Amino acid sequence: MSITISSRGTRWLMLLVLSLLLTLAVGQPVHAQQADADPGQEAAFAVPAVDADTWRQIRSGETGPNYRDSRADSTYSLINASGETWRQWRNRWVSPFGLIVIGAMLLMIAAFYLVFGRKALDEPRTGRKLWRWPLLVRALHWSVATLFILLALTGLILLYGKAVFHPLFGDGAWAGMMSTTKLLHNYAGPLFGILLIVLLARLLRHNWPRKYDLAWFRKGGGLVGKGHPDAGFANAGEKVWYWLLATVGLVVIASGLVLDFPNYGQGRDTMQWANLIHAVGALGLTAVALGHIYIGTLGTEGSLEGMTTGYVDETWAQEHHNLWYEEIKDQAVPETQLARDEAASPGGDDPAPRSG
Amino acid sequence: MATMKFMCDAERCIECNSCVTACKNANEVEWGIQRRRVVTLDDGEPSEVSISVACMHCDDAPCIAVCPTETLYQRDDGIVLHDKDLCIGCGYCLYACPFGAPQFPKTNAFGERGKMDKCTFCAGGPADTPEEEYQKYGANRIREGKLPLCAEMCATKALLAGDAQEVADIFRQRVVRRGHEDGGWSGNPRRERDRERAGHDLSAADLAHDATRQG
Repeated sequence: MSITISSRGTRWLMLLVLSLLLTLAVGQPVHAQQADADPGQEAAFAVPAVDADTWRQIRSGETGPNYRDSRADSTYSLINASGETWRQWRNRWVSPFGLIVIGAMLLMIAAFYLVFGRKALDEPRTGRKLWRWPLLVRALHWSVATLFILLALTGLILLYGKAVFHPLFGDGAWAGMMSTTKLLHNYAGPLFGILLIVLLARLLRHNWPRKYDLAWFRKGGGLVGKGHPDAGFANAGEKVWYWLLATVGLVVIASGLVLDFPNYGQGRDTMQWANLIHAVGALGLTAVALGHIYIGTLGTEGSLEGMTTGYVDETWAQEHHNLWYEEIKDQAVPETQLARDEAASPGGDDPAPRSG
Repeated sequence: MATMKFMCDAERCIECNSCVTACKNANEVEWGIQRRRVVTLDDGEPSEVSISVACMHCDDAPCIAVCPTETLYQRDDGIVLHDKDLCIGCGYCLYACPFGAPQFPKTNAFGERGKMDKCTFCAGGPADTPEEEYQKYGANRIREGKLPLCAEMCATKALLAGDAQEVADIFRQRVVRRGHEDGGWSGNPRRERDRERAGHDLSAADLAHDATRQG
């Protein structure tokens, strides 16, 4: 029995040894090759090929299909190189030059006012009024104007406030001030956007460019040479302001919305660009708005009353908007009659005809 | 004064995510916020490499430069901290940061992001009491004479934290042992052959490449 088992066992053993030998015989050349190989060659297969080029690639923001980030829902690359570019643009160019542009505008306006003073009417007022701005336009204008000033001030505080108010107020008041500032800016922004678009739509028909606008520019809006250049309901300067708002203004609104609604998942790069466009556009518009505010209030006699009461004096219309005046001069209403109407129905409807 | 720095030796990182877990645990950060992350490049390929990233406490920190409220500031020892009371959630630090360190608990409409959170090098932040500090910023291990928990927990000592000079010394020793300038990242002979062909100096001077001398 035991012999049988042992002989069977021997046979198994023999088979095992044979198969092992066979494996070795086949495997031998491979082993020999590896033993003879240059250790460096071996290392080339064993060690990852991460070198300076890889890191350069990473710095360029490249991620690739086999990029993994252990942070939940992360969309980040390893190195956000555009962040530094954004910082340099914002801090080295946009901030200082925004201040320079707005400061220069203020100085120019102040100098102009000191040298030339208020632009008074050449002729005395006739006492007869022309209907220029209906209530809807005035309401829209002042809403947009209020929001614009609010957004400009809060925007300026967000950009420059830390240099002025933080040392002035100390941490406590500064913290409250800044969170309010950001809240106002973020919530007033979309409202401003909607109202501006309505206002622009309402005023579009007055602002199409005309041939006589070129002559207005050549005469610098009346600064060069004598007399007033031709102007329709809106003069060429007002049209420029209109089209600035209709182009740059809308871009500022759109870029603002990109920043204001991060819930749509836009990336850092998108928001960096939106921020730069927003800042450049808004600072530029703020500077031009200062000119608009000056001309509309302090700079020109008889302009502001149009936007407050809706009526302008006949003389003002004749001098500043002669072509418009020619169209509607027969609709002038005496001041005394207006006062009577106002007394009869205070806060009454817009009088006909509407020309605004 | 010492300058505190993190350094992750990518050659040693095994992507175990202990640093991430340790950080979360030491600082009890808000749900959804993960101050440290491990990034793996070429996952599953022969060139796979991992690196642990959080705030690198930059010398010239872009977040500090762009913050409109001066929420972010740098201590004398180089640690960049943030004051939660000043943060308005504008997200500028997030745009600027090279390492994706600043995070916000929310991303809601009208820029409602909540207060920014980022790695504090386990050095807490401005608060009146230690309890308030822990609740707002997490642990202040530096005050207790300890290093950030992520680095202390690192099993392979890939993640180093501490005085920049000492971190650099340790890393330089490793680089020298690895045998060439690129040893910081790799021991790749193909790369070495390329450098030799391109006329680079691979002599002893190159071996003793001083990482601390780099800007």
